[in-house]
Amino acid sequence: MTERLLQLRGVTKHYGPVRANHDISLHVDRGEVVALLGENGAGKSTLVKQIFGLVTPDAGEIVVKGDTRPISGPSDAIARGIGMVHQHFQLVPVMTVTENIVLGHEPISGGRVDLPAARARVQELSDRYGLAVDPDAEIADLPVGTQQRVEILKALSRDVDLLILDEPTAVLTPQETDELLRVMRELAESGTSVVFITHKLREVLAAADRVYVLRGGQQVGEVATADVDEAGLAELMVGRSVVLRVEKDPAAPGEEVLAVEGLHVADDRGLPAVADLSLSVRAGEIVGLAGVEGNGQRELVEAIAGMRRPTGGRIHLRGDGTTQGGASGAVGEVDLTRARPDRARAAGVGHVPEDRERHGLVGSFSIADNLVLNRFTHRLFARRGVRNRAAIDDNATRLREQFDIRSAGIHTRAGALSGGNKQKIVVARELSARPRLLMAAQPTRGVDVGSIEFIHSQVVAARDAGAGVLLVSAELDEVLSLSDRVLVIHDGHIVAEVDPATIDRAEIGRLMAGGRRDAQALADEWGAGGEKQGPAH
Amino acid sequence: MNDTSTTDRPGPSPAGPPREQGATSPENRRGVLDVLARFQGVLVPIVALLVAFAIGAALIRLQGVNPAFAYTTLFRDALLTESGLLRTLQKATPLILSGLAVVIGLRVGLFNIGAQGQLLWGAIGAAYVGVHLAGAPAVVILPAALLAGIACGAVWAGIAGLLKAYRGVHEVISTIMLNSVAAGVIDWLVSFPLKEPGQSIPRSSAIDPAAELSNLGFVPVGFVVALALAGLIAWILRRTTAGFRFDTVGANRDAAHYAGIRIPLVVTAAMCASGALAGLGGAIETLGVVGRYETGSSAGLGFDGITIALLARANPLATIPAALLVGVLRSGAAGLQFETGIQPEVVDVLLAVTLLLVSIPVLARVLFGRRARDGVSLTSGWGS
Amino acid sequence: MGFVRANRTGLAVALAVVVAAYVAYAVDGTLTSSLLGFAWSFAVPLVLAALVGVLGERSGVINIGIEGQMLGSAFVAFFAAALSGSMLLGALAGMGTGLLLGAFLAWTTVKWRMDQIIAGVVLNIVATGLTSFFYVQGFTLPQVMPSIEVPLLSSIPLFGPVFFTGGPFSLFAIVAVLVIWFGLFHTRWGLRTRAVGEHPHAADTAGVDVVRLRLLNVTLAGLLAGAAGAYLSMEASSTFERGFTAGRGFLALAIMIFGAWHPGKAMLAALFFGLMSGAAAQLQASRVVDIPEQFVNLLPYVLTLVVLAVAAGRVRPPAAAGEPFVKGDA
Repeated sequence: MTERLLQLRGVTKHYGPVRANHDISLHVDRGEVVALLGENGAGKSTLVKQIFGLVTPDAGEIVVKGDTRPISGPSDAIARGIGMVHQHFQLVPVMTVTENIVLGHEPISGGRVDLPAARARVQELSDRYGLAVDPDAEIADLPVGTQQRVEILKALSRDVDLLILDEPTAVLTPQETDELLRVMRELAESGTSVVFITHKLREVLAAADRVYVLRGGQQVGEVATADVDEAGLAELMVGRSVVLRVEKDPAAPGEEVLAVEGLHVADDRGLPAVADLSLSVRAGEIVGLAGVEGNGQRELVEAIAGMRRPTGGRIHLRGDGTTQGGASGAVGEVDLTRARPDRARAAGVGHVPEDRERHGLVGSFSIADNLVLNRFTHRLFARRGVRNRAAIDDNATRLREQFDIRSAGIHTRAGALSGGNKQKIVVARELSARPRLLMAAQPTRGVDVGSIEFIHSQVVAARDAGAGVLLVSAELDEVLSLSDRVLVIHDGHIVAEVDPATIDRAEIGRLMAGGRRDAQALADEWGAGGEKQGPAH
Repeated sequence: MNDTSTTDRPGPSPAGPPREQGATSPENRRGVLDVLARFQGVLVPIVALLVAFAIGAALIRLQGVNPAFAYTTLFRDALLTESGLLRTLQKATPLILSGLAVVIGLRVGLFNIGAQGQLLWGAIGAAYVGVHLAGAPAVVILPAALLAGIACGAVWAGIAGLLKAYRGVHEVISTIMLNSVAAGVIDWLVSFPLKEPGQSIPRSSAIDPAAELSNLGFVPVGFVVALALAGLIAWILRRTTAGFRFDTVGANRDAAHYAGIRIPLVVTAAMCASGALAGLGGAIETLGVVGRYETGSSAGLGFDGITIALLARANPLATIPAALLVGVLRSGAAGLQFETGIQPEVVDVLLAVTLLLVSIPVLARVLFGRRARDGVSLTSGWGS
Repeated sequence: MGFVRANRTGLAVALAVVVAAYVAYAVDGTLTSSLLGFAWSFAVPLVLAALVGVLGERSGVINIGIEGQMLGSAFVAFFAAALSGSMLLGALAGMGTGLLLGAFLAWTTVKWRMDQIIAGVVLNIVATGLTSFFYVQGFTLPQVMPSIEVPLLSSIPLFGPVFFTGGPFSLFAIVAVLVIWFGLFHTRWGLRTRAVGEHPHAADTAGVDVVRLRLLNVTLAGLLAGAAGAYLSMEASSTFERGFTAGRGFLALAIMIFGAWHPGKAMLAALFFGLMSGAAAQLQASRVVDIPEQFVNLLPYVLTLVVLAVAAGRVRPPAAAGEPFVKGDA
């Protein structure tokens, strides 16, 4: 049981001045579940990419089963018994489950790929590990939870000794998470070691034997889970004791600012994503939208922001001048159902998009230009089509100070900044327009703890100043700690409204899964463990 | 982008942080290189040009001509005689404009290969007005002819713009097809309906003298217009909301959509603006140089625009020196052929080699090693 | 059976074309034969060049430089044959040039991650410049390309003489379509190529060498461009002139899109283009309608625009086409 599968000695990887990994040493024995714990940007993903051969270390040694030769690439890692389940699924959407699983080690017969044999092998694996998949389904048609099962089967199909999972629970419901943790334990008991990355303390304590804590690219602790509790882990992870609650006063909701009635929205493939959805947000309250990703949240937010045209229903923005919207434009009721993004914004909608790299920023533009990205025609920043450089720079200088954007100056390329600072640019821009309605989608994804606290406090401040806030987050803890009211979304519908102060975690998990009966037992078990701790971040 | 140069090196890298690699070279040399690396945009084209001239010299030598004599002849013919200088500036004028046309497209992420066809439409449009408004005073006929050229070029490019914006047809293919269609249709026009009566070769009648663009000394008026437009476009791109729209769509379409910019409109507008510039180039060619439309008289001007825009790295002001360079070579090539028998196509080889070296990232890497910036990536794939 | 199900539409179209062809053949045998013959000789370089595009884009590399690859190969093939007096040497030199130009595009875009569109356009400009400079008038080929009759197949009425009797490059085009068709959808190479074109990081993490596969495919595709060029200057005609390829490399890209990145459908699309051009030429020659000669020659270009306007929004290109691959950048 003590065979040493993996040993890292002094592994170091720098990207320019950024120390992604510095002098990291750790080991994994056969049959263990080891967790790599750390907040976003701590260097966890970079570390496992080096173990899997995707990134070459600058210095240090990775020893696999006593073999000290450097790992030259994924195929070398696979050949040495290492499998990996990636954070962003590495599946070809237009191919079938079987084709994806056999890619790279296809069975051949008579010069052709032997698909019947491949299909049989997938079925056999699926049965053996209790991970149900349809071998002939096309990946694009599968929900994320099932895609992850395919990813795991793909890794296991290579006869692995060591399975690495990079943030595997980020896209799962609490129930699916428990199912995955069970599979990880079973794998370990049958002799396959598991290394998984997470920033959720609960998962570490539930599934891991040992945990390595990473902070700022360095390994800052190694403990057996039997000897530690959540508070201890949290302090190791962040380097100080963590504020578990968002400081905020009770909400004082005013008039309704957003009214969505019977909304229908289609996704990129033209399939219904939001169906007959109604909701309302009032001034001075934060409404959280809890749900597993891919249940229509993105389409809903994009429809309200004017980026996606609804196929039915109505979107109205209201305001009576007592809210802050006055600075942004028209006061009174505005029909935004078929509005374009510029008109929605002019009416008082602020939007922190879920994918800031894709939508929220232009990486090759300066911070100053990004801070006016969607307001460049505003009379403050342009007159008769000529841009007012001085005003744009003043705006940038002020917001950089106010929102603590750390950069060499306001003319630095936005693309060169860290995730936290990029997100602060987006938040600063959206809040500085003093919106009547602020929509924040995944506002703290990939952001360090310090920036998370800052962004949360800014969202609360906007609420206190009278804005209505619609918060969408895949982090249940974030939704529960920040919101005044929580709506649960499943399959494009609002399935429940709950009070974040009193809701039972098991209950909300059950609702997020669509209230399925079969999830009940797991939810109860998981809920019992979850009661004991508050939201971590 | 992170340090990509380490990731494409196959196999393991030796132990030890890579930072020390730089430290092995002498401190002062690194300083000089760092300074030079900042001027990459200028240095790379110059070195590329020198290499191209060296290769050209070898080709000229192969044909039994002394390269030094050939190059002297070429430059003397293009620059040191008054008629040569006039011809050079006349040649540079449509080149600046077609270069600007391609630059405008690149800024929005469009690769307008069709400046040639747009330029031809501009030339025939100006010729039509120049012939058919004969008798009108210069203040009417000259602007009308220029505007006709601009409009023809804009409409022709607008077809590609609409196809791209609303039907997703890639502009490289559509503009190439439109080039061929333009050449064919215009050839038919000057062979039949617009043909000069009594002539056997396909060409239009001569334009009214009132429509002719004159010269200020040895500087053609059209050249001054082209210089002014380069400055104007640089200003528009840097300082106006329209320029910001263009650059945002070119840099990140999704962010442009999020910011409320109407992408189909910007794409169509950019193509029209691009075609208008090329069309103006053709109109000036008709009104200031040829005096009528003649098949074959503007051959290749639009394609040189691509070379110029890429040499200028999509910077509007840099199209001026790039176009002057091409203009000098094209202008001197005729004298070169007359004196030495070297084919004027030697200029195509010189330009092709220069463009090749400027475009592929290898030269920058040889010159500057790890300090090299990656090349321009301005165009879009099929999907968007 | 799976094959039939997977290619239902294509097979239905092909069947309809075959039936229509024989009906026409029964009505006017000579005219149908000559029309189909014209269509196929028009289609051969387009089929080969479209396959170049298919190979590149299926593995994630847009090839705008097909035109230049064909032009360079046509030039070298013609002059190698004319100067050496050997048709075989000319053909080999042409295909070798295609391979070389394929390797050029592969290395600049895959290894050095240069913008694929710009690389292709630069390739075109370089090929145009070099062939224009070195072009000399007055050379002729030593002989005409020998014609080969495929046993049995060539005796099929109508189709036999058109498709299975002809020069080596025409026959090579048919073989290439079949081989690439089978290869793409039934072999290990094909599965990996498609994976690399759709999601290179997925292929990479499954142990497929993305860079090597792209280099290989784009380089080997150059061989087909070489064949297309050599076909033009040695088999379809016995001459070479400046700008000889006349935009066929771009027509081929439209045909590739029209054919949904599928070798068989691309061949049908190319034949469609050929039939249209042939029909228009026929109508003009027989004075059925009075269209100016210039307009008849424009038909393929206008057709391309129309076809793209209709088809481009409806077909889906390989997802990674045009995007350089950076390892570990998932």
